[in-house]
Amino acid sequence: MTPLSRNGIAARVALDIQDGWHVNLGIGMPEMVANYLPEGREILLHSENGILGMGPSPAEEDVDWTLINAGKKPVTALPGASYFDHAWSFGIIRGRHLELCVLGGYQVAPNGDLANWARDANDPLPAIGGAMDLAAGAQRIFVMMTHNDKSGAPKLLESCSFPLTGAGIVKKVYTDLCVIDVADNRFTVTDMVEGLTREELQNRTGAPLHFADQVAVLKDPA
Amino acid sequence: MIDKRADDLARAFEGLGDGISVMIGGFGDAGRPAYLLKALLDSGIKDLHFISNNAGDGDTGLGAFYHAGRVRKLSCSFPRGSVAPLMEKLIRAGEFELEVMPQGTLAERIRAAGAGIPAFFTPTSYGTLIAEGKETRDFDGRGHVLETALHADVALIHAEQADRFGNLTFRHLARNFSPLMASAAKRTIVEADHVVELGDIDAHNVHSPAIFTDLVYQCHDVPEDSWHDWRASA
Repeated sequence: MTPLSRNGIAARVALDIQDGWHVNLGIGMPEMVANYLPEGREILLHSENGILGMGPSPAEEDVDWTLINAGKKPVTALPGASYFDHAWSFGIIRGRHLELCVLGGYQVAPNGDLANWARDANDPLPAIGGAMDLAAGAQRIFVMMTHNDKSGAPKLLESCSFPLTGAGIVKKVYTDLCVIDVADNRFTVTDMVEGLTREELQNRTGAPLHFADQVAVLKDPA
Repeated sequence: MIDKRADDLARAFEGLGDGISVMIGGFGDAGRPAYLLKALLDSGIKDLHFISNNAGDGDTGLGAFYHAGRVRKLSCSFPRGSVAPLMEKLIRAGEFELEVMPQGTLAERIRAAGAGIPAFFTPTSYGTLIAEGKETRDFDGRGHVLETALHADVALIHAEQADRFGNLTFRHLARNFSPLMASAAKRTIVEADHVVELGDIDAHNVHSPAIFTDLVYQCHDVPEDSWHDWRASA
């Protein structure tokens, strides 16, 4: 059994982004989704710091440090892009105008709860950034994360033990092992990597799994 | 005649003393007012309450203030970066207070202050730690959290262009919090890459209107090593 690479997870998330959607890609692994947006679909990327129509990173000689994404990395503005201040940018988020936000995750529960900003309620330096606004405001939240943490502990749990980013907001989870629909208070697996049994997947997950009638095969892009 | 242009940096903080609240425009380094931050550092004012999305990095710019022991409190959304270990040390020593909130809540609290709205309900953070102890109310079957306006004594803003009335433009995404902060502070001090004539900024293209601006300075580069004066005084 070979888990998906990070690029593989990003490519699988990108397949589910529809033509015409306005999408915010969270800091970290979700940023990689931008590299796999399917040909023939026009998708406008939003960044919290005030752009709709964000393009890929520029050539080194074209870097302008006033044109960066929310992760502070240099980006470009595509033809048709627009700039706006932070109040308007978060108005776009809270006003439910974004069809999708893809966020990283520490923990997800079957009721759609997401924890992704602090591993401890007493963290002296908790970093929220835009995650709570995105969690509360986007029309749908996809979470992209490894199936287990570095110690092997499951990140899909009966309930989140870390402080919540948002309650009842996750629609889908994409991991290096599977794709999961989160609805009706349960996890339903729709895609799995090859060579992994349902029992093995369940053993690596902290909440009961259900399986779709047809479970698709997950593979890294060639 | 209205002329907000100034040369003498001593004027910027005239009449202000320890304990003031200072909004600092910028997201990361985009729109960070380095020239005015250096002037604030040189002013000697301490016990500062900073309101800034990011905490700062290294020992220049915002970072220099932590090293020099000049910040009492930071209100922000993302206290990460290379100053984090120092901030943690100051917090544990009881010398520093950190207020962390969602980025959109920070922006809207500042906008509200400038727009005469004392408080507002937001869906953001409902059901999380951040909402604990705050008033909540259901609208259309969804929980919302009451947040209050965030005012400041001073806003420090970096603009691309400014005219003598104080109309401003910003380059690319250097706009971010700056127009909101300009409206929310009692004294809005601007550094501009280009101080231009009236009319050079077309009225269609003003990003922050003159009424919010109090002082306009021509921006100059701040040499990296000049930030380290705090070492001598520390």
